[in-house]
Amino acid sequence: MEPRVTIRVQAEPFDAAAESALIAEGRFDIGAIVTFSGLCRSEGGQLAALELEHYPGMAEEEIGRVAAEALGRWPLQGVTVIHRFGKVNPGDGIVLVVTASAHRAAAFEAASFLMDFLKTRAPFWKKEHATDGTTGGWVDAREADDAATERWIRV
Amino acid sequence: MTEVKLVYFAWVRERVGVPEERVTLPETVHTVRDVAAWLAGRGEHYAAAFENPEIVRAAIDRRHVKPETPIAGASEIAFFPPMTGG
Repeated sequence: MEPRVTIRVQAEPFDAAAESALIAEGRFDIGAIVTFSGLCRSEGGQLAALELEHYPGMAEEEIGRVAAEALGRWPLQGVTVIHRFGKVNPGDGIVLVVTASAHRAAAFEAASFLMDFLKTRAPFWKKEHATDGTTGGWVDAREADDAATERWIRV
Repeated sequence: MTEVKLVYFAWVRERVGVPEERVTLPETVHTVRDVAAWLAGRGEHYAAAFENPEIVRAAIDRRHVKPETPIAGASEIAFFPPMTGG
């Protein structure tokens, strides 16, 4: 069976359990599913919300390119990536990655790879809104994220 | 003379003051780096957006590109800060 690939960029919340069930529905060649959810933190009560800006069109396409790369590297039966935009409250999901494979190593590694690449290549930007009503400004990119992406680059 | 659509995101958009615009680039502009340098000379808002040009990222027709990438054939060029999604 062909790998089941789902990529969505949406304002609405996602249901991680439902997406995980959907990737395996009606097929019996999957032995491992890894579900990763990235959530919005409150930063010790100081953050009221995150506002995610994205580049419509490129966001979906770039996630598609990263997913295609993962499908080329690991024997996957399914990949689901859902990334939200707009206002996200503490405790809410921002990004969901689901990978399905016959065995766990491929599913774990591919999920990790997808997240590292999404962080540094998917065109999304986070702006902070503080609980005191002020706008905290744009979140800075982290060097640790670049380093995490670099480790997957083949030499 | 090349006419292209420029789009901006996050703090690059805020500093420039518009989300997108159509511009006619002079013949001397060949690469993504040239476009950024040309924009930086268009006024204080642009100068602020490109004050640190090496950290501003770019895409041509919705694909990531490097500063030295030629812009020939581009219809949409995007400028934005390093990404912070995920």
